[in-house]
Amino acid sequence: MPRVLLIEDDPSVREGVELGLRRRGHDVRAVATGEAGLAALDDFRPDLLLLDLMLPGVNGVEVCRRVRENSQLPIIMLTARGDDFDIVIGLEAGADDYIVKPARTQVIEARIRAVLRRIDEQPGNGRPAVEFHGELCLDRSALTVAKAGRRLALAPSEMRLLLHLSATPAQVFSRQQLLEQVWEHNYHGDARLVDACVRRLRHKIEDAPGNPRYIQTLRGFGYRFGPL
Amino acid sequence: MRTLVKGARKGAAPGGTGETVAAAERNPAKGSPTVAVAPRDHRRRGTPFGLRTRLILAFLLVAGVSAVGTAGLTYREARNSVLQAAQDTAVSSFRDQIQLLTLTLPVQRPVLEGTLRDIAGKGKPRPWVVFAEYGTMRVSSGSNPVSSVITPELRRKAAGYPHGSFERVIKDGVPYLTVGMPVVFEAGEGAVLSTGLVLYAVMKMTYEQNQVEALVTAARNGALPGLAIALIPALLAARSVLRPVRELRRAAHRMGSGRLDTRIKVRGGDELADLARTFNESAGQLERSVTELRQAEARARRFASDVSHELRTPLAGMLAVTEVLDEDAAGLDPDTAQAVRLISAETGKLAVLVEDLMEISRFDAQAAELNTDEVDAAETIRRTLRNRNWTDLVHTDVPDGIRARLDPRRFDIVIANLVGNALRHGGPPVTVRLRTRTDRDGGPLLVTEVIDRGPGIRPEVLPHVFDRFYKADAARTRSSGSGLGLAITRENVRLHGGTVRAENAPGGRGAVFTVEIPLGTGEVTG
Repeated sequence: MPRVLLIEDDPSVREGVELGLRRRGHDVRAVATGEAGLAALDDFRPDLLLLDLMLPGVNGVEVCRRVRENSQLPIIMLTARGDDFDIVIGLEAGADDYIVKPARTQVIEARIRAVLRRIDEQPGNGRPAVEFHGELCLDRSALTVAKAGRRLALAPSEMRLLLHLSATPAQVFSRQQLLEQVWEHNYHGDARLVDACVRRLRHKIEDAPGNPRYIQTLRGFGYRFGPL
Repeated sequence: MRTLVKGARKGAAPGGTGETVAAAERNPAKGSPTVAVAPRDHRRRGTPFGLRTRLILAFLLVAGVSAVGTAGLTYREARNSVLQAAQDTAVSSFRDQIQLLTLTLPVQRPVLEGTLRDIAGKGKPRPWVVFAEYGTMRVSSGSNPVSSVITPELRRKAAGYPHGSFERVIKDGVPYLTVGMPVVFEAGEGAVLSTGLVLYAVMKMTYEQNQVEALVTAARNGALPGLAIALIPALLAARSVLRPVRELRRAAHRMGSGRLDTRIKVRGGDELADLARTFNESAGQLERSVTELRQAEARARRFASDVSHELRTPLAGMLAVTEVLDEDAAGLDPDTAQAVRLISAETGKLAVLVEDLMEISRFDAQAAELNTDEVDAAETIRRTLRNRNWTDLVHTDVPDGIRARLDPRRFDIVIANLVGNALRHGGPPVTVRLRTRTDRDGGPLLVTEVIDRGPGIRPEVLPHVFDRFYKADAARTRSSGSGLGLAITRENVRLHGGTVRAENAPGGRGAVFTVEIPLGTGEVTG
């Protein structure tokens, strides 16, 4: 079962979530501060980070940014709805998904599974494992992306989105479809997840993020990969 | 002057008043409290006979009446004395001339002619022409033996009045003084005897006429500049009154449009300054009480928001462990199990209530954001029903291909709340119908109707269905909803720039909730 590092300052939420997840078989380490969380990363080696945004000291967004500097660890933010600004900042900082508190353990676990599945279950179905699109080189089995021979460090949601879009080049996906298929959110989820992820992805793979070549926007309809 | 006065009367007559009344009646009928309309009506009402006009007319009237009165009286006196002096001089000098006459009777024509010429040369104050009538003899000092200016009236009077009579006659525009005097003998004490000879003097009064005309001109030349000069104080007075009045109007208008910090500059110490001071004081009081009310309202809202925020954190912990309670309840003794399940279920409801309160607080704080996306409306509705396992409970009449610019999450809440409400309080079957129509401005609207076949909504409840925590029946037990669902629905629809209304289907065949939202895409495909 996955190892989950929970960073949450409120004791009741920390204990409640830890208890709920442990009951479902997760290996949970719960800490109260961003500093303690960052220190626990090397020692605990989690599969996933569950991160409260409002933390004393080093806050959640800062933790998110520091983790992303050298790691593709899946990150899910815990947030209160209405803290819209924080959500956007958290997503820009590299979080893969977010959960609005209060949430049932069932919901938290489903989201954890979805984020982890993004990496594990990329179907091979007879296609060549390595594809070339312009300067991009996608390896669907090794889950690596290189641009002009240089390896790119993509967060799990970015990787999954890129693989999903590039699997059928030139096909348009609405943001709702991508929410369902990539994030396993429901159809009415928060489309800002998609937008923030596209922005981060463009920043890494496009030559000119303002004039994208790989991930193109179709106003009013959604996104597509290419055509190149 | 007379035309001015007449003009003024006409302006004040029913025409003007009628228009004022009409305007006053029109305003409330229109029922428009918009500030943009009021001042225009006001100005129109003021135009036909404004304060400035009235002040100027009053000044001109006073100046005119006094000028004309003074000039008129002066003119009359001056004219009288000029004419009187001329007359008196003429009559007495004529009489003196006649008294000096020595005539032998019966009068001989050549002698009389000589005498008349003699008298004619001594005319006072101006030369005159002298006529004599004696029986049938007509003699004059001029070329014409008979004067055309002498009236029969004068002839009759002159014959019977020995001291002489006079008359002023105007002939062909030239004024004449005619004096008639009989020549008599003194016959003892107080008795006279007529000789039958009557002499007449005819004198042109052109000089006096010119003098009088000069007086008229002088009076006019004095009065007209006077009137013109009266305009200046009139305008100044009007300005000094009107400027504060205009400022007051502008200030009142600004207050009406919500700028309660409006104040007027107080100048001087007259009644208008008092009015301005009173206005400022009232404005200050109004501003204070409105500010207090707003602060109280903001405090109340912030309190609701803070309370829900504070409740959320403990709830997050509780909600995370409700599943532990649910799973282990089976192994507990029945009473404990029931208590544990109750706590678990109520925790869930409490979480929904707190979430709804938070949502309402955000609407109140105008912090709710609209994250729109262009979506297929039918697909959005079908997903809403499917996510809640309502697909089999609800009929749908939702044509594909209607694309609308919506916030999918908020539209999902709108549809889910309306359908949930219909399933709970209405009766089956519940139908969701989707269509488009154009509004009055020609913009396309997305129309979503949620129809049930229940008993409908009681008329007294109908206006309140979207109120917060409104309970149709005070004794009714709490339903599974938070009591905020329809209020949140309405706020979400408003955020989309749309409207939602509730009504009963004709014939008591259930309730209909209609949501109308601008399509926002500019086109309807399919």
